Amino acid sequence: MTAMQIFFLIVGLVILGSALMVVTTHNLIHAALWLIVTLFGVAVLYAILNASFLAVVQVVVYIGAIAILFIFAVMLTRKEIRDHGPQLNSGWWLNVIIALLTFGGLLWMLQSWNGFSKTAADFPSSYDAVGQLGKALISPDAFVLPFEVASVLLLAALVGAVYIAFNPHSGDFRK
Amino acid sequence: MIPLSWYLIISAALFSIGLFGVLSRKNAVAILLGIELMLNAANINLVSFWRYGDISQMAGQVFAVIVFAVAASEVAVGLALVISVYRRRNTVIADDLDLMKW
Repeated sequence: MTAMQIFFLIVGLVILGSALMVVTTHNLIHAALWLIVTLFGVAVLYAILNASFLAVVQVVVYIGAIAILFIFAVMLTRKEIRDHGPQLNSGWWLNVIIALLTFGGLLWMLQSWNGFSKTAADFPSSYDAVGQLGKALISPDAFVLPFEVASVLLLAALVGAVYIAFNPHSGDFRK
Repeated sequence: MIPLSWYLIISAALFSIGLFGVLSRKNAVAILLGIELMLNAANINLVSFWRYGDISQMAGQVFAVIVFAVAASEVAVGLALVISVYRRRNTVIADDLDLMKW
């Protein structure tokens, strides 16, 4: 066991433990805060994988925007079932079985694949992964079309979110 | 060096936990939290396949960036729907929204 593997195991335990807290904890604000821990752990995994740009984007977009949006939404809708009453459906033990079956099935499928335990080649220190990613995103023979489609999707989601959440009875935007 | 299998096992476990959250939570916001966990599991897979494959092919990282964009728009629209439903029906419990149930 190298130090890297021990570090990886610690990060993995943090990710899975906080993910379990996200799906089981009673208070939804705490669930959103546990989600931040999970997302941060995933950002550490990206950093271990030499995907530095994605690690930064994970912190900025996921933790900085999405998790905060969740906290806002929980606070705006909180008076209903915050701290009392069961938070899980009555058939939750069935869902445990489904989740375990999915996990087992994925493991069984993966370990029958012959590339399952392969190790990575050393990352060349002169390789500019961020620059290559930027070039791949805007190069016409690579991924410029999916990139543009993603930006149109973001615009449509922005317009749709504003339209759905807009309350015509409050405010005077629509006089 | 860490073998690829460790990443795949962590990601499979994270996906299963997210699936459990989506299936068994009552609150609609908590269901969206479970979906975020599943999207993150997929992203770990994409990035680790990029790293353990040919690192000059950037497809894995590009897909991960697009998953970021999709996750952001999904959360924005989903939470807008939850807030709109809460304003009209005064509930965020997914079981109570049975208008289209026959």
